[in-house]
Amino acid sequence: MVRLYAAVAAGGFRRYATYRMATAAGVFTNTVFGFVMAYTYSALWDARPRLGGYDQPQALAYVWIGQALFAASALFGGGFEDELIARIRTGDIAIDLYRPVDLQLWWLAGDVGRALFQLIGRGVIPMALGALAFDIALPGSPLTWLAFLLAVFLGFVVSFAVRYLVALSAFWLMDGAGAAQVASLSGMFFTGMLLPLNVFPGLLGEIARALPWSALLQIPADIYLGTHTGWGLVRAYAFQGGWALALLAVGRLLQMVATRRVVVQGG
Amino acid sequence: MVGYIGPNGAGKSTTIKMLTGILSPSHGTLRVAGIDPSRERTRLAQHIGVVFGQRTTLWWDLPLIDSYQLMRRMYRIPDARFRANLDRCVELLDLSALLPVPVRQLSLGQRMRGDIAAALLHDPAVLYLDEPTIGLDVVSKAKVRGFLRDLNAEAGTTVLLTTHDLQDIEHLCKRVMVIDHGRLMYDGELAGLHEIGESERTLVVDLEEELPPIAVDGARVVRTEGPRQWLAFPASASAAPLVTAVASAYPLVDLSVREPDIEAVIAKMYADRATLG
Repeated sequence: MVRLYAAVAAGGFRRYATYRMATAAGVFTNTVFGFVMAYTYSALWDARPRLGGYDQPQALAYVWIGQALFAASALFGGGFEDELIARIRTGDIAIDLYRPVDLQLWWLAGDVGRALFQLIGRGVIPMALGALAFDIALPGSPLTWLAFLLAVFLGFVVSFAVRYLVALSAFWLMDGAGAAQVASLSGMFFTGMLLPLNVFPGLLGEIARALPWSALLQIPADIYLGTHTGWGLVRAYAFQGGWALALLAVGRLLQMVATRRVVVQGG
Repeated sequence: MVGYIGPNGAGKSTTIKMLTGILSPSHGTLRVAGIDPSRERTRLAQHIGVVFGQRTTLWWDLPLIDSYQLMRRMYRIPDARFRANLDRCVELLDLSALLPVPVRQLSLGQRMRGDIAAALLHDPAVLYLDEPTIGLDVVSKAKVRGFLRDLNAEAGTTVLLTTHDLQDIEHLCKRVMVIDHGRLMYDGELAGLHEIGESERTLVVDLEEELPPIAVDGARVVRTEGPRQWLAFPASASAAPLVTAVASAYPLVDLSVREPDIEAVIAKMYADRATLG
């Protein structure tokens, strides 16, 4: 069992590793966007120091963490999601269904492989360049890095669970593109990719911070910045883990309904 | 080896989906190797192999061999057996040069051979082939057919073949089932289909000179062209008395007998059904 899903994850890793030009293009894009956003944030934090409780180096670190996680945690959606939607639409899903594997675990494993590659392939370089070009906050202790990476992983699982739900909607909608677009826009806003969620005012901020998307970037970034420690850290992990389990469970339920009564398309 | 044929939309692929447990039948029950497919899909998977001609089970971006390694894990195939099965498939399907090639770079015929091998590594008792020769050239078709024939004869694997290519059926299947709109219209030997379809053989005769259509018992002239005439007679009747009759009454130079075309038989079946329905 474990070896099968490990092999699937390894395959997911190597699939993305074969496309070197795409990876290079991704690194370039993330770096450019990182620079644009870093200058914007600099201007913003010059005008409003300590906005959202961050000082300027922390705000800049937040920018580069966002760029580093952008592809790996699929902040705007994507990854396996588009592929699964296409397979449902064309009926290729039939192949996945007669295999002696669990559909959700199969796609999770493949996406873990993808995320791991993209964290290394597309995350490390922009982050390093950002750290060289700007004065960004860096964790003092290796333990903070570890705590950060665990949060990144949990955030990734939440991201997977959300995208799995979006993809499964294609069983009913016949074409998941609309749902994927809505999810992508929600991701753009509610992950805090544009602006940290703790900058959001009032009720909107309360809601944004309670939604699952805040587990993807906001919480890992705050752990990196040392905001959550001790019981606060445990609470942050519990928030991420709770959303992950809940959404995975809903995905499992939906998968059961979908495979039981939904027509597999195509002859 | 069973051939399963029917026009587009007859329910062939739906049947395969039910037999693999992807769909559950709205009425009735079915068992494959003693297992109810839709209830025990995962257990059944160990006993069946499936090839959809228009889809692939292989990992698109990765070398062919990676997909086979994945099958080994997926079906928990013991190493020795995996080795033996892979070696046999590689040899018979001519795959050795393709193993390191990413699947997206394979031609359709190569990919199909790769897919067939992938479906057989875990020694399934039953193999479903949904249009395995669709889009293949003559050489690739011959390779695939040869392999399937050997597989059926040597390993005793039950093969259910759906196809629009009736030559597949003629080359491979003793038993044929014809369905239309989910209803079984024929189940039996390929030869019997000719009787049901009232198919006819054709005797082509070359005479010494151009003559009006000749008259012999048990046959009728369906076409003339100069000194050549075409006589149709029931597929179940013998050609010998007919030849004797023609030779004794007319100046015969040469003759040949043409076997009935199974496609014509089936086309007639569909047409009859359409007029009835």
